[in-house]
Amino acid sequence: MAYDYTPYPYVPPKGLTQAEPRHPVAIVGAGPIGLAMAIDLAQRGVASVVLDDNNVVSVGSRAICWAKRTLEIFDRLGVGERMLEKGVTWKIGRQFHGDREVYSFDLLPEDGHKYPAFINLQQYYVEEYLIDRVRDFPGLIDLRFRNKVVDHADRGDHTLLTVETPDGRYSLEADWLIACDGAGSPTRNRMGLSFEGQTFQEQFLIADIEMKDSPFGDAAVPERWFWFDPPFHKGKSALLHMQPDNIYRIDLQLDVDADARAEAAEDKVIPRIKAIVGDKPFRLDWVSVYKFRCIKLDRFVHGRVIFVGDSAHVVSPFGARGGNGGIQDVDNLGWKLAAVIQGKADEALIATYHDERSHGSAENILHSSRATNFMTPKTPIEALFRTEALRLAHDQPFARRILNSGRLSMPCSLEGFALQTPGAAQVPPGSPLVDAPLSGAEGETWLLSQVQGDFTLVGFGDVPLPDVPGVRRLGINQRAADYPCFTATHGHAIRRYGSDIAYLFRPDGHVAAVFRRPTAQDVARAAGRAMGKTTETA
Amino acid sequence: MKIFPDRLSPQQDDFYNALMDAHEGLSETDSHALNARLILLMANQIGDLDVLRDLLTTARAYADV
Repeated sequence: MAYDYTPYPYVPPKGLTQAEPRHPVAIVGAGPIGLAMAIDLAQRGVASVVLDDNNVVSVGSRAICWAKRTLEIFDRLGVGERMLEKGVTWKIGRQFHGDREVYSFDLLPEDGHKYPAFINLQQYYVEEYLIDRVRDFPGLIDLRFRNKVVDHADRGDHTLLTVETPDGRYSLEADWLIACDGAGSPTRNRMGLSFEGQTFQEQFLIADIEMKDSPFGDAAVPERWFWFDPPFHKGKSALLHMQPDNIYRIDLQLDVDADARAEAAEDKVIPRIKAIVGDKPFRLDWVSVYKFRCIKLDRFVHGRVIFVGDSAHVVSPFGARGGNGGIQDVDNLGWKLAAVIQGKADEALIATYHDERSHGSAENILHSSRATNFMTPKTPIEALFRTEALRLAHDQPFARRILNSGRLSMPCSLEGFALQTPGAAQVPPGSPLVDAPLSGAEGETWLLSQVQGDFTLVGFGDVPLPDVPGVRRLGINQRAADYPCFTATHGHAIRRYGSDIAYLFRPDGHVAAVFRRPTAQDVARAAGRAMGKTTETA
Repeated sequence: MKIFPDRLSPQQDDFYNALMDAHEGLSETDSHALNARLILLMANQIGDLDVLRDLLTTARAYADV
């Protein structure tokens, strides 16, 4: 059944009739990134107003692949379990050359993780669940539909916004402006910021179809199928994904000079789909023809204006690094901005959001550009190498790994950046947390549920943890202590982190420092460093 | 002598990209010439005739004719 796009109500904002007190944070855009940002801040007690020009969730499925790390962040924001329950968990990816399967991979991670490697879930569901979650913070999140920001002015320590509603315009002040207004960001355009990079000429057709019988044939489990030069679409590439509600995503490469409007017309799309699914009945749910670019802003932070998600960086869709990258931006910025607003950290901490996430987005751009280049050879020699790599891939393992239909989104390491204290461990400083099952006095739980959200010092094995202000403590496989202790279920946590070692996790779950014998002074210094405090030299 | 299953990963994308970069801007003829030079250089680097014969036989086995 087609998704029911119920409009959300427009409520005339207070600013139309009287001046509003200055808001700590204004978020432009109520897509997945803007909504997640508001929830992250609200969970830390920071109020925000979210302004969106529209009043329905994403039209069309758009972003559908949500990676493990994203789900773990959504878990912290209170929506991960709902997404996992509704989403399609897939683990097998098959790559075809012509009508022959050349390579399949199994994403099933090792046991003992709360979330799988990937789920597929339409963006409209993600937004719906986030909006429902926003409703849990009536005093902290002021979500305003049909409130379109038409202008903004930098006032040094705050921003003045002009907002258009069905009842006219009003103005609003905010200490911080967070632009989550997407790839075409009006905020970015208004500021005249250069946003140029590699533009790919190829066009792709996305069609979502609803069908009762699986186009994967007899496969009982959902998979990801990718074809190089499929028999039904000669000389191009094709991708097939399953979404909830019996919706299937088909992605087809088109000619460089194809007429986008004509390609999106039903009379053109339906025969292309029939060539794939045969005579099985289907309903066309959504069609889009797109091109893409790989670009990032030179700076994500401009005074009190911060760019998050697609407004800061765009990538090709191969590898699912757009939406997933944006959610990692939110995860990185949320605790830092809250600390600055609450006077716990210096404003300089915000600059580290740029440093760390610009690095992450550069990595995403590199991988997605390479995948796109592999999928769309530009010269006869590039095409020749690819053809021969595909030929060898039928029985040469090394050649299979050269095939690139998208290197799927993985979180980047922040090793070597200023906030981390250098050190050596199984999970080195800068790495994102690796989940593991735990059991405690209140039953079964997960490391990610216990660690994310605050600075947390976790002792694995026999390592006593000092009490440091602002740092939670957690013991794993420890004898009784004056802080919460858990047992590593099946030993997973110890195997993944080592024994007799303590890890200091940042609120976004990245490792800030490691200690063999943590002293209060060392832990306090590392936590201070992770909060951007410059350490006095001895 | 057995051909190694995979000695490139996890740097296969870095290699492939560098290979494409090496051909950047060349005509098709010049690219083929570059490939020939590259094979000769790699052969010298491998330096083991048995291995090279194996590789030649394997590569030939995939030929259409």
